[in-house]
Amino acid sequence: MKDKPIISAVEASQLIFNGNCLMVGGFMDCGAPHSILAALGGSEVRDLTLIANDTAVHDFTSGRVTGVGHLVKNHQIKKVIASHIGANQETQRQMNAGEVEVELVPQGTLAEQIRAGGAGLGGVLTPTGLGTEAAEGKQVVIVGGRSLLVAVPLHADVALIKARKADRAGNLVFHGTARNFNPLMATAATLVIAEVEEIVDTGMLDPDSIHTPSLFVDYLVCADKLEW
Amino acid sequence: MESAVPLVYVANKEIIARRIAKMFHSGDVVNLGIGLPTLVEKYLPSDGDIVLQSEDGALGLGPPPSESQKDGDLIDAGGGAATLRTGGCFFDSATSFGMIRGGHIDYTVLGVLEVDQEGNLANYKVPGKRVPGMGGAMDLCIGARVVIAATLHFQPSGASRLRRRCTLPLTAAGAVHLVVTDLGVFSVEAGRFRLTECFAPYTPQWVKEHTDADIVFTETAEQGNEELLLPVGVV
Repeated sequence: MKDKPIISAVEASQLIFNGNCLMVGGFMDCGAPHSILAALGGSEVRDLTLIANDTAVHDFTSGRVTGVGHLVKNHQIKKVIASHIGANQETQRQMNAGEVEVELVPQGTLAEQIRAGGAGLGGVLTPTGLGTEAAEGKQVVIVGGRSLLVAVPLHADVALIKARKADRAGNLVFHGTARNFNPLMATAATLVIAEVEEIVDTGMLDPDSIHTPSLFVDYLVCADKLEW
Repeated sequence: MESAVPLVYVANKEIIARRIAKMFHSGDVVNLGIGLPTLVEKYLPSDGDIVLQSEDGALGLGPPPSESQKDGDLIDAGGGAATLRTGGCFFDSATSFGMIRGGHIDYTVLGVLEVDQEGNLANYKVPGKRVPGMGGAMDLCIGARVVIAATLHFQPSGASRLRRRCTLPLTAAGAVHLVVTDLGVFSVEAGRFRLTECFAPYTPQWVKEHTDADIVFTETAEQGNEELLLPVGVV
């Protein structure tokens, strides 16, 4: 197995360009690639479309900002596709002020749209969201007498994901609830950059315990786990 | 019967959590939403007999950790530090929502902005004001075998959260089976609420008069539920 290039967080951020569509793993910052996000937040990249479960934390009272919240705060995002923005007051403020476009998607639908994007599917059919605003503008099909919404596949230019451990070939192992959207996003982007806490020699991971196969991963960034 | 002394409403989240915790049976798989539903956890049996599924990718969540046990890679759906019981496991978001949509979850407990007598739930959006997003709530409403809406009966303004018709954008249409408030337990039946249990000191008649919805009640409701009149924190 050929080794994957190991780059710095700053080098990773330089692979992202104005107008890119970006997937970022994590659930309320758990399992987010914080080192790469910190580097990207310090860059001049703009007009990004962000696909993520949520937009992390921005609390106006405490001033606390975490994860992708830095990208929102710096006005680097023009559109957000997410299931939840409740912990980020700045995302809500920018949305109400018309500064950012926000598309709210049920979390299970978002997961399946990403999975479909990575698996070469034309979309998925889901009952979730019928009779709600989430169904507006969506195609409804009837299968076996059951009404279902068509959820189209999602694909990104770059996916920034976070794993506990990688081998040099790029096989990944996640830890705890930090797995969440990361393995799905690894399949659904043209360029996949995995931030990991540890890189071991190829052959040191149990093949039966690998969560994301190496072929999905293009670059590795080794960084200490950032406390959030 | 209406009591002679006018009742004064005192909000009580704990009685809601305590009552809901008694609804589950050994082996049930339960998903607790964020906010008030999270309180249910502390009233569950300590042996893990009720299995908690967390939408962020865990089955078998345990009680919150001590400061030294905290692991940044282990959180609950609200982002709070969590623990995993022996036999628990982790999985990705697609698997998690496959469990949820696929009918593998027995109960979900969800928070409420408004809930109406048709079983419609609104809990994710106040247009132009507060828009947290639906997170996993729409999927939970579709997939869980029993959907329990958990809420203080009244808004701070005094208006009841149980309504004839929701005015806010819906999280799900016709999905709610049970509503548990600090006044009692309501089931959604044929376009109205049935008050099946009324918590003392409130009376079914008082509840009906103070709720902007069609409510019927049964004899059991009139008997009240004295069992729940324990000091907060005692199960």
